[in-house]
Formats: sequence, C-alpha cells, structure tokens
Amino acid sequence: MLKKLYALAPFTVLSLILFSLFFLSITPIAIAQDSTDIIIEPATETVDDAFIEAQKPLAPTSVAAIDLDNDGGGAVLITWDLSVDDVEGGKVKEYLIMRSASAEGPFEERGNATLGIGRFTDNQAEVGEPYYYQVVASNFARSNGDYSWKAVGTSQTIGPVSSSAQWFNSDRTWVLVWMLLVCGAIIFYIWKAKSGKKIYIRKIAGIEEVENAVGRATEMGKSIYYVPGINDMDDVQTLASMSILGRVARIAAENNTRIDVPVSRSLVMVTAHEMVKEAYSKAGCPDLFQDDQVRYLTDDQFGYAAAIDGLFVREKPAAIFLIGAFFAESLIMAETGNSIGAIQIAGTAMPAQLPFFVAACDYTLIGEELFAASAYLSREPKLLGSLKGQDFGKALFLLAIIIGMIMTLFGVDWLSKMFIVR
Amino acid sequence: MEQFGIWLAALLTIGIISFLYKDNILYKACEAIFVGVSAGYWFVTYFWDNLYRKFYLGIQGAELSDQIFLWMAVALGVMMLTRLFDKIGWLSRWPLAFIIGATAGLYMMTYFVSNAFVQIGATITPPPSMETIGDKISFVLIAIGTFCGLIYFFFSKEHKGAFGGAAKVGIWFLMVTFGASFGYTVMSRMSLMLGRFDFLFGEWLGLIK
Repeated sequence: MLKKLYALAPFTVLSLILFSLFFLSITPIAIAQDSTDIIIEPATETVDDAFIEAQKPLAPTSVAAIDLDNDGGGAVLITWDLSVDDVEGGKVKEYLIMRSASAEGPFEERGNATLGIGRFTDNQAEVGEPYYYQVVASNFARSNGDYSWKAVGTSQTIGPVSSSAQWFNSDRTWVLVWMLLVCGAIIFYIWKAKSGKKIYIRKIAGIEEVENAVGRATEMGKSIYYVPGINDMDDVQTLASMSILGRVARIAAENNTRIDVPVSRSLVMVTAHEMVKEAYSKAGCPDLFQDDQVRYLTDDQFGYAAAIDGLFVREKPAAIFLIGAFFAESLIMAETGNSIGAIQIAGTAMPAQLPFFVAACDYTLIGEELFAASAYLSREPKLLGSLKGQDFGKALFLLAIIIGMIMTLFGVDWLSKMFIVR
Repeated sequence: MEQFGIWLAALLTIGIISFLYKDNILYKACEAIFVGVSAGYWFVTYFWDNLYRKFYLGIQGAELSDQIFLWMAVALGVMMLTRLFDKIGWLSRWPLAFIIGATAGLYMMTYFVSNAFVQIGATITPPPSMETIGDKISFVLIAIGTFCGLIYFFFSKEHKGAFGGAAKVGIWFLMVTFGASFGYTVMSRMSLMLGRFDFLFGEWLGLIK
C-alpha cells in the first residue's frame, strides 16, 4: 500500500506544483482587475456645471480668416494665437474650426487642429460665398468612443470672408522669369536657324544607326517593328515617338521595307496611321502603304506585351524600335527582341526602364536624346533652333547650380530659395 | 466554381510561362485570350466611364457652361469617327490637333517646374545635416553628378576636351544609377514571380500550406 503511495508521490508533487503555478498565475490578474476598477472609478465622478466650468480652457485669441493667396479659389486660411491653456498637461486637447454662413450661426465643424498648431485651411469653401468662423479650444474625456464630458472655450466670431481665385501665382514669379529666359532663347535661336545660321548638333549614336537598322531589314528582306510605348497622346514621350516614327517610316518607305506599328491606344493608332501614311506619300510611294501596318492590339499593359512578344517571335523582324513611354513591360519586349537577333534601338525618358533598354538593346536614346532625335533626323531649322535654345537654358541652370553650391557652402541660401516652388 | 477559376488561372499562368521555353500552341491560345479579353474589358470600361458616367450622367442637371464643354468633347469624338469615311476623313485630324496642342501647352509648365526648376533647387539646397565629412561628400557628389549629367545632354556643342571629359563623367554617373536601379527593379520582379509560384504551388496544387 505504502509502495503504491510512494509511487504516486511524484505525481502528487507535480500536481501540487502545477496547481500552485495556476493559482499564482490567477492571483495577479485579480489584483490587476482590482486596480483597473480603481482607475476607472473617476469615470463615475459627478460631472456637473461646476466641474465643466473648471475644465473649460481659455479660448484662442487674435483669430483671423483670409482668402488663401495664389490658389484657384475655394480655400480660406484661418489663423489664431494659441490658447493660454495650450501647454503640456493643460486643458486644451484640440482646436475645432467652426464655420457658418451667418454671424449668428449655426456653426458647423469644418475640421480640427492639434495642440500647438495655430492655422487651418478650409479647402471646401464655395468661391464668392461669405463665411463666418470660430475657433474652439476643446477639452474632453472619452469613454468607449463617446464623450464623457466636454468643455470648450470659443473664440469670437470673425468674418465675413469669401474665397476667390487668383490669375497670377506670385509664389511662382521666379518660375515665370526662368521660363521667359528659356523660351526667349528658344525663339531667338529658331529665328537665327531660319535666317540661315548653321546649327551644330553632336552625333547621337542611336539615331545614327536608324538608317543602318532599316538598311539591314532591307537586305534581309524582313520587316521593321516600331513600338511607340504604352502611353496615350497626352504624354510628350509619345509625341516625340510619333515624330521619330515619321522619319523611320519614310526611310523604310524609301527602301521599300515594310514597317509595322502595333499600338496600345486608339489615339496613338490614329496618329501613327497618319504619320506612316504621310511618310509613304513623302517618299513617293503612297500605294505601298497598307492600313494594317498600324494596328491596335489592346490597352492592357501586359496583354500588349504578350501580343508584341508573339509577333516578334513569329514575324522575326530584322529591326525593332522601342521608342516612347514604357513601364514594366520594357524588359519583356526588349529581351524577346534580343532573343530573335533583331537590331534594337530603344528610347525612353522613364528612368526606371532605361537600365533594361541599356542592357537588352543595341542602342538606347537616354532621356532627352529621345526629344532631340526628331530634330537630329529632320534637320529642320525650327527644331534645331529649339534644341539650341534648350541648351542655352541648360547652361543657365548649370550656372545656377555652380553659384548656388558655392553660396550654400558659405551658408548663403537665397539662390536655393529662388528654386522653391509652392 | 471557385475551383474552376483556380484551374483556369493556373493553366493560363503555365501557358504564359511556357513562352520561356518557346512559342507554342498553349502560349498562342493564352495570348489570344489575354489580348481579346483585355481589349473587350477596356472597351466596356471606357464606355461606362466616359460615355455613360462622364457624359450621360454628367450632362443631366449640369450648368450650361459645363454642358457646352461636354458637347464639345462629344463633337471631337464624333469627328474622330469620320475616319471611317474617305471623303470627310480629314476631319479626324482636328481632334488630334486639339489633343496634341493641349498636351504640349498643359505639360510645358508642369515639366519645366518638376523636371528642371525643382531639380535645380533640390541640388543646391543644403541637406538637413552637413556636420560629418560623409554629408559634405554626398552633397558634392550629388552636385557633380547633376552638373556632369547635364553636360552630357548638351547637343549643340561637341563633346571634346574638358567639356567631353565632364560629359563622360556624366554618363558614368548615369550608368552607375542605372545599375542600381536595375538591381532594385529585378528584385521587385522576383517578388512578382514568387507571387505566381505561390499561387501555383499553394492555391492550385496545395503543396504550400
């Protein structure tokens, strides 16, 4: 019997330990709950008029409301001096901005500002409508998301104030000055180019190779594919691409080589159709142009990429031009073009996609080279003059960088402030 | 029905991935479905978003000035359709001219401010901290990179001598940036690929719990 009891002893001890641990683990919770009860107790305090009066913060002073400058209307700026009670542990929890169409009210809350903030912009004002504002310093306690009590100090009513639109944004005066300088330079150089002055343009490798690429396609008896990116005609890269397409199509037409332009936007299709058709006319062979040379595939980014890949591997063009605005589909297309051994000339101003084109294509027009390409190809005085004018603008900016850096290193910052745009 | 959707998505995914091996009948089928479905989807989206919501609903109760704008847009759209008729097809060039002109005008200021003005300001604005030697080197490197990068994009002057040297430094800066960008983007593409494999081995085959 004893032996059996001894045998049970370890289990008994273990049970006791476990029970003790369980008991100990329970006890602190009970204490904590007790203490929580004590903390919650103030919620049951008597909230009477005297209590609210004691909790009431002093109202903010010097409240002002003005029409926000340099905007398109619809915004009123409200400023105030902080309440005296807006201190750490003070009576102000937040500021409420109230608005009414009449001085007598009723006032509606338009927003709030946190402690230490003395300004608020009401962005939902109707242009020309007069409004009255109050700023309310608010003190409160919450329980379960509801106010247990609330005590407020309301500023005097100010107004009426109405918002209006401004024709000229004076914050951007320096932008105007620089814009006039650059545009003036462009107009001047266009005038000079038109009056017969020869304008030098340095070699752009990618553009130099356009004729070679078309020539290669002609020799191989294969077609050329021109992909103008996936953005619509409201993107300047697509505009530049259309301009280059006109030149490439003309060279292709002169060489009697087929050029295909699969597009992903309806407006791009219409524009590309016009460009290619006109190029064939200028080359003296309008009858060679076929409507299906420019065709719409789909607006969907990866649907377009999948279709282009299929066309590349089945048609095996000798030359591929990827010129325009590209996104994640850039490498998919460029790598497929590379795998079929086509000579590839790419051009985009999308910084994130340029590395892929540099890696997978034979020649890449980097950023602004894309915009310079049409001037380089056409040699039109208007475009050449424009390019020279833009270079003048870049020279001005370079000068600003050098002077600005030197000034910054010496702690003078007025030049850098000139370039801050609000 | 849900299982059917998962199977369809899995087969289409495999069909597209099979292009990595070579062009094949499965890829061709997937490509045709992808292009056809997406073209149809965008047609429906444009119809309901533009013709129905913006025009049909927008014109109801709109003020006269807003109505005129909406009707102008409709007129431009109809002019675009005149391409279907040889004799009046030339009218379709007008909406095109409007779009291209408006694009050039609208973006002139936007690009000038965001791509030139703000960039110059950011280059010469001192960083928040210029206390350590590292901060100063970073500031100078940014300025040199911007300066030489701009030199590379000068088209009306030959890249020779000191000017050519600066342009070469500029293209080096660009290439280093491209390399970093390439690595970063490849990593994000990897996560996309992992997402598809997660779908194939998890939702479809149930091998990943």
